[in-house]
This record gives sequence, structure tokens and C-alpha cells, in this order.
Amino acid sequence: MDTKKTTFDSRLLPYLLLAPQLFITLVFFIWPAAQAVKSSFEREDPFGLSTTFVGLLHYQRLFEDPNYIDALIRTAVFAVSVTALSMVLGLAFAAAVDRLTRTGRVYTTLLVWPYAVAPVVAGVLWWFLFNSTTGLMPFLLQKAGIRWDHDLNGTQAMILIIIAAAWKQVSYNFLFFLAGLQSVPQSLMEAAAIDGSGPVKRFFTISLPLLSPTTFFLFIINVNYTMFDTFPIVDATTVGGPAQATTTLVYKVYQDGYLGLNLGSSSAQSVLLMMIVMVLTFVQFRYVERRVQY
Amino acid sequence: MVENRPFLTFLTHAFLILGFAVVALPVYVAIIASTHDIATLMSGPVPLWPGSHLIENYSMILTSASAANGLPNYSHMALNSLIMAVVITIGKISISILSAFAIVYFRFPFRQLAFWIIFVTLMLPVEVRIMPTYKIVADLGMLNSWAGLTIPLIASATATFLFRQFFMTIPDEMLEAARVDGAGPMKFFRDILLPLSRTNIGALCVILFIYGWVQYLWPLLVTTDPGYYTLMMGMKRMVTVQDGVIQWQLVMAGSVLAMLPPILIVIFMQRLFIRGLTETEK
Repeated sequence: MDTKKTTFDSRLLPYLLLAPQLFITLVFFIWPAAQAVKSSFEREDPFGLSTTFVGLLHYQRLFEDPNYIDALIRTAVFAVSVTALSMVLGLAFAAAVDRLTRTGRVYTTLLVWPYAVAPVVAGVLWWFLFNSTTGLMPFLLQKAGIRWDHDLNGTQAMILIIIAAAWKQVSYNFLFFLAGLQSVPQSLMEAAAIDGSGPVKRFFTISLPLLSPTTFFLFIINVNYTMFDTFPIVDATTVGGPAQATTTLVYKVYQDGYLGLNLGSSSAQSVLLMMIVMVLTFVQFRYVERRVQY
Repeated sequence: MVENRPFLTFLTHAFLILGFAVVALPVYVAIIASTHDIATLMSGPVPLWPGSHLIENYSMILTSASAANGLPNYSHMALNSLIMAVVITIGKISISILSAFAIVYFRFPFRQLAFWIIFVTLMLPVEVRIMPTYKIVADLGMLNSWAGLTIPLIASATATFLFRQFFMTIPDEMLEAARVDGAGPMKFFRDILLPLSRTNIGALCVILFIYGWVQYLWPLLVTTDPGYYTLMMGMKRMVTVQDGVIQWQLVMAGSVLAMLPPILIVIFMQRLFIRGLTETEK
């Protein structure tokens, strides 16, 4: 990591400048994370008076617990579905807007605002739309012969939170894909057009391959978003139900720790989640470094 | 555009208009639902055209509706959300720009370590350390306080990185000239770096205000006193009524009002918003 060639000389000042950020980071980030690691290896007696070291017991229990394995698989399904849905839509909108020269800005404005809708509100809006007594969707689905009731049907509850989570994320993907498409050199497109390839062929053989760094970056960001930022959607709508059908890993940490007060297990789950974020962040930053060299 | 294909252009427009209609559907339905009374809503699917209860519903939500759910006034919760968003925005920007200044313009022992400590925050979102962070805040006596609501959220690696990257692009001659003229570090910071960073600060303000406004899990953990409830928590309380009917027309009126401030900011400050989003990369 580099600095300026010329710098100021001061012994104390840089530490003073860094103090607030470092203080908050140490007290509210690193210390709690260390505590989570520590208590994931311990068991507290029911009165909280003494703790005993139990090694990997909590981790072993987690991996033997079918509920945890289910939550793991469910979270993977959720993350991949939301990522795929929101990225495909984002790319389609971006490709369409990129074709238009003058009206493109208007459509951009029409498509970016869902980013600003709070996850809780997004959840409540879609929940209302799919609500079995008042909702518009169950009414339409009934005409197609589908009975919709996300209070009873776990798969439908999952579909509901996938739609709500993807809806909020489309605008983010749209903006990044649009920026990527607009940086594709126009000369390549013209050359391909002269050689006789149509817009669709140009999209798949030129734009899409050139977008692969953006696509990869967005994939990581979206998986990260779906795993960690969708807590409010679940909590405001399905509350993890019916019968745990929408309990994601993050929601389970909250349920077991904050509501169930099972500290050991909740800490072990936290540590596993930290490992997932670390891998995602590591991949993301390796990639960003590579892109800078291009 | 490379070639003129009127039919394809027509299809593009059709696709985008349809896309917008689908994206806007939940919000449209929410606005419509907020103009009907509960009897109309419960008697079947939501009507597609506005009803006549708009003023009644919105004045209800702004005055008495939240009290019926054991919540503070809607305007009180909105004020709490606003305070939280503003404090988080100002806090994050201030401490990040100071850290970036220290890291770029000074050479001192443990500089690398400081940088890594800040970087680590990226890997530790609140969601993965719910219990231990709650415990720290409780031990420090910060539950149910503005300090507890905002300070733990103020650390920001992304904002620090953004400022660091920007400072690296400022020519060294600026610093040399300032030093020749006898400016100390803080004078250089105030009179040169801050004015040059205006656009970046503006872009971050937009992104961070939205970030603060939509916070949900953290206020849920650290506040039990209704006086500190934010709009987002209020929304959740209004849809979890134990017995009886959810007052959907009021919930929807409340949702519409709660989404309005950040949406207006995104629409009217679109340039800054896009810049903030793509440059902080998350």
C-alpha cells in the first residue's frame, strides 16, 4: 500500500485522526467478533455463572442438526435464485436502455428508484400483493388454477421472499450493467455490424463476453446481499415460517441467539457466517485488484 | 446506435415500458390500497382504481393510527428515522475522511495495521455478530440511546477507501505548494482537501442517507423503548397484529410515506446517486 511521496511530519496527529474510526471498529466490530469465536468453543451454565471449554462441540452439533443443514441448503437456493433473477432482469433492462440514445435517461430514472425502498417496506408491499384475502396475485393465480397461500405453503413463501428480494436488487444490477455496456467500444460494434451480425448476435458475442468482469463482480455482491441484507424482508413477512421454510442462516442466528438465547450454538453459527463473508470479500477484492491492472 | 432498426427500437420501448409496469406494480397497488377503506380491501382483491378515502387514511396514519398499535406518533418515528439517517451519514463521512487523510498523508508506525483493521469491518456485518455486539452495547449502557443506535454503525471501510482513492489522485504539487506557503496539515485538510472532495462527499451523502434510513436489524436489537422506534420498526409492528384484521389501508399509507424521502432523493439527485453507488462499489 502506497502513500504520497511527500508527507506531513507529525508523530501524534495521524493517530488522533484515526482514533474515532479505530475505536469504533475495535469496540463494536473486532471485539464482538472475537467474543463470538470464543463463546463458540464454550458452554455457559444455565445461570451464566461459569463457562466450560467444549471444543468443537457446538460446530459438531450444528452439522448433525438437520435443521441447520436445511437452512444452509435453503440459503444457497435463496441466494442463487435472487442473484439469477435480479441479474438477468438487470442485464435485460440495461441492454434495452443502452440501445436508446435519447430516451435512455428517462428509462434509467424510471428503473433505479427501487434501490431506495427499504427491505422491510419491499417485503410488506409484496406480502400485501400476494396476501390470500386482499392480494391481487392470488386472485389472478386462482384463475390459472393455482391456489396461493404463503402462510401454509413453504415453497410459495420462499418464492415470495425471492421476488421481494430480487425486486429491490434489480436496479443495482441494472446500473452496473448499463455502465459496463456503455464502456464497450463503439468501433467493435460497428465492425461487427459491417461484417453482417445483427444486434442479438452482437450482444451475445461482443457485449456479454466483455461484461464478464462486471457479471462476476455483481454475482459476488448479490450473493452477499441476499445472504445478509434480506433479514428485514423475512422478519417483516414470513418470520422464517411456515415450518422454517424461509429461515435463512442469518435469520437462524437471530432466532437461536436473540430470541432463543442459545449462546453457544448462535456463536458457532456466527463464526461460520463470518467465514462465508470472508471468502466472498476475499474473492471480490482479488477481482477488483485484477481489474485495475487491465 | 449502430444501425437503424425501427421494429427493434419499438420492441425495446415496449419491453422497457412493460418492465417499468412490473417494477412499479407493488408501489402502484400500495398507493391504490391507501385510498380505500378496509371493508373494500377485505371484500376481495384490491381494486385497480383509487377510492375516496385518501385524505381520511393519510390523516389517520399521521395522527391516531400508530397509537392504536401501541406505537409512538408516526411523525415521531419519522423524526427518529431522520435523526438516525443524518447522524449516521455525517458520522461515517467525518470519521472516514479523517482516517483516509491520516493514511494517505502521513507516514507512521502501524499504518498498515490501521488500514487492515478498517478493512476487516467489511467482513463483519451486524448480521453475523448479533449477540456479542448486542452484549457490548448493553454492557456499555447504550441500549435505548441515540449513541447506541448510531455510533456502532458509523465505522465505514468503503467510505474510507473511496476517500483514500480520491486523495491518491490529487497531485503532490498541491501539498508541496501548501507547505511552501506555510500551511500545516489541518489547514491543508480544511482549505484544500475538503473543498476538492465536495462531489465525493455529496455522492456519499446520498448513498449513506439511504443506508441509514432503511436500517432495521440494529434498531430492533438495541431499542425496546418505543420513544426510539424508527419508521421501519413501526411498519413491522403494524403488520404483526396478534388478533383482528391488519389495517392494510393504513399500513399502505404508512409504507408510501416511508418510501417517499429516499425515493425522491434518488430521483432528484440521480447523478450523485449513481456516482456514489458505482464508486463505492457497495
